[in-house]
Amino acid sequence: MARAVTTRRKSLNTALAWAVGLLIFFPILWTILTSFKTEAQAIASPPLFLNFNWTLENYAIVQERSDYMRFLWNSVIIAGGSTILGVIIAVPAAWAMAFVPSKRTKDILLWMLSTKMLPAVGVLYPIYLLFIRLGLLDTRGGLVVVLMLINLPIIVWMLYTYFREIPGEILEAARMDGATLKEEILYVLTPMAIPGIASTVLLNFILAWNEAFWTLNLTAVDAAPLTAFIASYSSPEGLFFAKLSAASTMAIAPILILGWFSQKQLVRGLTFGAVK
Amino acid sequence: MATQHSRSVARLMMAPAVVLLLGWMLVPLTMTLYFSFKKYLPLRGGDLGWVGFDNYVRFVSSSSFWPAVQATLVIVGGVLVITVILGVLLAMLLDQPMWGQGVVRILVIAPFFVMPTVSALVWKNMFMDPVNGLLAHLWRLFGAEPISWLSEASMTSIIMIVSWQWLPFATLILLTAIQSLDSEQLEAAEMDGAPVLKRFYHIILPHLSRAITIVILIQTIFLLSIFAEIFVTTGGAFGTRTLTYLIFQRVLESQNVGLGSAGGVYAIILANIVAIFLMRIVGKNLDA
Repeated sequence: MARAVTTRRKSLNTALAWAVGLLIFFPILWTILTSFKTEAQAIASPPLFLNFNWTLENYAIVQERSDYMRFLWNSVIIAGGSTILGVIIAVPAAWAMAFVPSKRTKDILLWMLSTKMLPAVGVLYPIYLLFIRLGLLDTRGGLVVVLMLINLPIIVWMLYTYFREIPGEILEAARMDGATLKEEILYVLTPMAIPGIASTVLLNFILAWNEAFWTLNLTAVDAAPLTAFIASYSSPEGLFFAKLSAASTMAIAPILILGWFSQKQLVRGLTFGAVK
Repeated sequence: MATQHSRSVARLMMAPAVVLLLGWMLVPLTMTLYFSFKKYLPLRGGDLGWVGFDNYVRFVSSSSFWPAVQATLVIVGGVLVITVILGVLLAMLLDQPMWGQGVVRILVIAPFFVMPTVSALVWKNMFMDPVNGLLAHLWRLFGAEPISWLSEASMTSIIMIVSWQWLPFATLILLTAIQSLDSEQLEAAEMDGAPVLKRFYHIILPHLSRAITIVILIQTIFLLSIFAEIFVTTGGAFGTRTLTYLIFQRVLESQNVGLGSAGGVYAIILANIVAIFLMRIVGKNLDA
């Protein structure tokens, strides 16, 4: 039975929720607006809200001066590469744990989770040293591997919780009908697993895109992704609010859009299935 | 039904993930432990021999240790209090019937997807700048003297920035938990004439307690290691040097690897204490 709600109460809820929502979103909105102003308009007093001459010049300047596309490409390669690699390694593991569980499955899952709790700063120097020795410092390949490893526990966990929801009877039915293991995986499991895998890919791409400890400490010039590109704006020269805004908008826009599709998976992925 | 054959296939399928994570855990951990017992200064003489627990003693007896512990606790505690309280209120609000619920949810969640360096820089410059920041304009509007946020109220500023980033996470998880609450129970309480506060304390809060615990534990683990937010705002100045940042400075800035590694071992122990509680809850859930 639906709760009976008066229109008045619903209007009040709506007004309050929208006000709070807009307040929380405001810094992002303000950044986007500022990116279309000139530097003078960006620091005008009183601040200009919508009544300014919209311009795209900041976007052109940011690209021209700092070669934004190169950082973007690094972010795509690092986040995309680490996610794909992680999923390739995690799918068989999660599949085995979900469909052929043993007494130790739970322990292995919890142990994997515990590696995620290892504070990055505790192993900063060893990784830094290994990177220098192996010639991986400031390479995209090195970051792909590190980000894959820090997100692997989450990928395994998410896939495991999705795979466990696939009913085992379906597999048995397929086996009864004489399906081989290959057919079983290809025609029965894959179609049912794809939504879960897609959600996992999405969330981990976002996490890797925003990762800002290893990407800041293990890159310099060549492999620097957008996190490092933005950090280079922390010691500015002259007028720069509008350019900072344009750079920021370009760095977060793709992920904001992806993020909106991944709300539900966010809860599952980040609480390790403890809240669904 | 699992046969012997399928068991060994399963083991083979798990092997790559297990081996990789084992290596990722053991190799750096062993190295950190190894360095922590050495006087090791890569730029000033390199490996200068074993020093026993000297680094561990020096790390905790240095004048920057206790301020760093304090800064860490204040930031983690402050952000937890703000995000959990506001998160519960916000989750309850978003659970109410309203128009445009989906859009409001998107607005509230958005900060979580902003990369840490962007949110820190946007807050630092466009909001907290003492001359041109929006907060300075707001202060002047009311005739007050603008605050140089990141130097005069550095901790408050960092807590504000980090809370803004983590409030969506807390809200989203608590909202998911609230939505699983049996609405009939609430209705029954409402019909019995239980006042709003009583309903909150006796029905909603107990139902949320598990989700709140999970939010606290997960956030604590992430908050203990916040880095970018400090790196691009204060650089550890004005009393905002957390344990994580102190270790980072020892290791990479002053290149005192032995001392930094001892700090790293402390950080690992601290994180593990929190992790044990989290794992218990998650483990229980696996059995269910």
